[in-house]
Amino acid sequence: MKSVFFGAVSATALIASAVHAEPKAEVLHWWTSGGEAKSVAVLQEEFAAQGGVWTDMPVAGGGGDAAMTALRARVLSGNAPTAVQLKGPAIQEWYEEGVLADISSVAEAEGWADVLPASIAGHMKCDGTWCAAPVNVHRVDWIWANAAVLEANGIEMPTTWDEFNAAAEKLEAAGIIPLAHGGQAWQDATVFEAVALGILGPDGFQKAFVDLDMDTLKSDEMKAVFDQMRTMRGFVDPNFSGRDWNLATAMVMNGEAAFQIMGDWAKGEFIAAGKAPGEDFLCASVPGDGFLYNVDSFAMFDVEGEDNKAGQELLAELIVGQNFQKVFNLNKGSIPARTDVSLEAFDSCAHLSSKEMTESSDNGSLLPSYAHGMALRGAQAGAITDVVTAHFNSDMSSDDAVNMLADAVANSM
Amino acid sequence: MTKWLEQNTPKLVLAPSFIAVLIFVYGFIAWTAWISFTRSRLLPRYDIEGVIQYERLFASPRWDTALNNLFVFGFLFIVIAMVLGLVLAILLDQNIRTEGALRTIYLYPMALSMIVTGTAWKWILNPGLGIQAMVRGWGFEEFTFDWLVNPDMAIYTIVLAAIWQSSGFVMALFLAGLRSVDGEIIKAAQVDGIPTWRIYTAIIIPSMAPIFLSAFIVLSHLAIKSFDLVIALTGGGPGYATDLPATYMYAMAFSRGDIGQAASSAMIMMMVVFAIVVPYLYSELRTKDE
Amino acid sequence: MSDLSMSQATGQNRTGKIILRWVLYLALGLFALFYLMPLFVMITTSLKSLDEIRTGDLIALPRDVTLDAWRTAWSGACTGIQCEGVRPYFWNSILIAIPAVAISTLLGAMNGYVVAQWQFRGANIIFSLMLFGCFIPFQVVLLPMARMLGIMGIAGTIPGLIFVHVIYGLGFTTLFFRNYYVSIPSELTKAAKVDGAGFFRIFWSIFLPLSLPIIVVTVIWQFTQIWNDFLFGVSFSQAGTQPVTVALNNIVNSTTGVKEYNVDMAAAIIAALPTLFVYVVAGKYFIRGLTAGSVKG
Repeated sequence: MKSVFFGAVSATALIASAVHAEPKAEVLHWWTSGGEAKSVAVLQEEFAAQGGVWTDMPVAGGGGDAAMTALRARVLSGNAPTAVQLKGPAIQEWYEEGVLADISSVAEAEGWADVLPASIAGHMKCDGTWCAAPVNVHRVDWIWANAAVLEANGIEMPTTWDEFNAAAEKLEAAGIIPLAHGGQAWQDATVFEAVALGILGPDGFQKAFVDLDMDTLKSDEMKAVFDQMRTMRGFVDPNFSGRDWNLATAMVMNGEAAFQIMGDWAKGEFIAAGKAPGEDFLCASVPGDGFLYNVDSFAMFDVEGEDNKAGQELLAELIVGQNFQKVFNLNKGSIPARTDVSLEAFDSCAHLSSKEMTESSDNGSLLPSYAHGMALRGAQAGAITDVVTAHFNSDMSSDDAVNMLADAVANSM
Repeated sequence: MTKWLEQNTPKLVLAPSFIAVLIFVYGFIAWTAWISFTRSRLLPRYDIEGVIQYERLFASPRWDTALNNLFVFGFLFIVIAMVLGLVLAILLDQNIRTEGALRTIYLYPMALSMIVTGTAWKWILNPGLGIQAMVRGWGFEEFTFDWLVNPDMAIYTIVLAAIWQSSGFVMALFLAGLRSVDGEIIKAAQVDGIPTWRIYTAIIIPSMAPIFLSAFIVLSHLAIKSFDLVIALTGGGPGYATDLPATYMYAMAFSRGDIGQAASSAMIMMMVVFAIVVPYLYSELRTKDE
Repeated sequence: MSDLSMSQATGQNRTGKIILRWVLYLALGLFALFYLMPLFVMITTSLKSLDEIRTGDLIALPRDVTLDAWRTAWSGACTGIQCEGVRPYFWNSILIAIPAVAISTLLGAMNGYVVAQWQFRGANIIFSLMLFGCFIPFQVVLLPMARMLGIMGIAGTIPGLIFVHVIYGLGFTTLFFRNYYVSIPSELTKAAKVDGAGFFRIFWSIFLPLSLPIIVVTVIWQFTQIWNDFLFGVSFSQAGTQPVTVALNNIVNSTTGVKEYNVDMAAAIIAALPTLFVYVVAGKYFIRGLTAGSVKG
């Protein structure tokens, strides 16, 4: 397979690889907005400080869709970038196409296995060798709230979905939008998986969205998940379609709405607007046990040239290094992937996230987010999202939704 | 030798373009056809596996929606944009003093990338922010304009934005056409006292048949390509109510790593388009030949 | 020359004509408002501060006008690690668009001239095949094209992007010129041939001078398509050759970052300035084309 794709390695790449040269890396990523870009810039500075030459290849859009388009074109033209922001099972998919490089030597020298939670380390391995380096851990199953609104209405952060529903009805009666939500497929999916984790429990979630167990997908519990989604639909304002997630966050900030279910990048919006965690806004995990993670990582592609290989090794070492893990995640709102980084400078939400990640890792409820491409391959995750968003945006019954879900998953294989 | 060269110059001039089109259009269609019979996922693979991708495609309710939307969107967009473009061109052709400014205003939407214009449209069409909120603010409390958030109507917002973007170019085409109509015939007609509207319907518009052909091709091309527009305005939502074949294909090929499925959807889409376009072009070109 | 103006208005229906004239201007004005609406939203947003956008009405006039967003968009917004705005990418787009527009327009003019005036057996079939090429969805060609560019050794380069744009522009440019040239009487070519002029001579000295309006239309179309192209730009570029649309996309489309709508809007307008410039200039030549056209009549 490999020879087909690299039959014609572009001449420029060969000429460019000098005889004995400094580490080089062309890095394809989709972190282009202010805070994210600054975070990557930290990596570039460290890379340069070690004598590396960093070529930036940013492509934003669609949560990485555009970058993946560019990546395919680059790989097919025999001109793959040296390091690429990739995550979840996509790493293993690219490995199967025979285009990834092995970075086990760095991983073993740096002792990654000892500092990464086991389930996260699993995502970084391909057939037993290390093929990617993790950057951060975003928690997806957060519920954010406006502290003043909750207080004014005498509401505590809900710990069960029934409590959530009761609180929402109370808020609705008080003329406040209970749930700020943006009607985009990925946001629908984000809420759906948070609800599913609460209702199915960690084991059920694992069976449904990691193992794709048909019985679980068709079970009565899954119907209950869709029922709750239908209830949630009633708590959303009528103009939610197509709204960007950050505008939904702004609704919580303004007190127009009370809650939002969104990953911890929402924290960045609150903080950018000068709000303080615990005072102006509250963060808590959604009702139910478990922890859904969304881990960003970089995979190294198989490229020619000593300088490029040196660049890949240096990059991998720096990404998992203590300093970058700390600085990057302070900027981004997530927490470090390695568990031995001091969290002194982090805020209370990050502390909560870190504590629950360790607990979940110990009791086996640390689970990959399906909505953010950590649990399933693109085709299956996409098929589930199609059903979730179709159900949420129509009057489909839960029975129909469950049947469609099973059909769609079967058809996506 | 020079004689041969002289006789064959036209063919030699056309040859490079023709060869390029053969390879980069028809060759690539053939490639896509091949891939549509494989199990290609992340990258193309070449082992034929039968019609499995087509079976999957027709089992997908989302594809049904996308194909339906192509008919609704394509028909409305092409017809309305063509009529609007023609009307604007005729109006502008009446010795309008501010023609230069107006022409630029009608044309400028083409210049803006939909990546951002989509956001502006999204705000304008959002019931809570845009037109509906504004009109209600004027005191018309019952006024409702919620197409964007209504799954049954959302596709029409795509039509609206697409017409906004492209009708100016159609106007430019027709304006160029109007100005190449033979002035002598019109003067003669005016001398005969034929009313202006009759001169348009009986003489000018029929003489612009080739322009209609250009406009049709440009608009169908844009309709098939409408991709940025959907992504920026609705993202295919609510649900997947505004999905089009182009967005379906892109999602399959690039975000879901299902290239075989994308190829089969591309083949069906091209078949549909050719089934509609080929007869039209054929009849147009034939009448021209006679 | 379609000079159907009011020159013939006679006394008794002059008032009617004046009313008609007002209706005409009113209609044109209303259309202008429809076309300007999104631009209004974009410009007002680009003049607001982010705080005002966050707290206020999205489509209201700005309370405090600030040009910060424009400055940031031009030279400070992050498009990746570099935070230099869209400025550095402008040059790439110019390097891609100008040759690609020039080459595809020239080829289109020659092709159109052959198909319209130098018919040979099979010419119409070739023309039809080229036309159908206009309908291929670009998403389909991305992957095989990437492979071809790799084989040709121009993957990720500016010549590679020019090549792609020329290829997929040919159908349209040929169509435009063919449809324009078929309306020119073939006697003109015949007479020139009798006078001993050859294929190229007739093209240069007779057809090209008549082509101003259609060249304007073609250039508008090609320049718009190429300048605004994102799909090819993102797929066939590499670091250093990315066009301005990719930079714009990088500014606008952050998934998990803070959205700066004012900078987005300013960047979009800046990125569109060259196309707008082409429209204003080209518009003038529409009128010139009209004058040139009257010579032929």
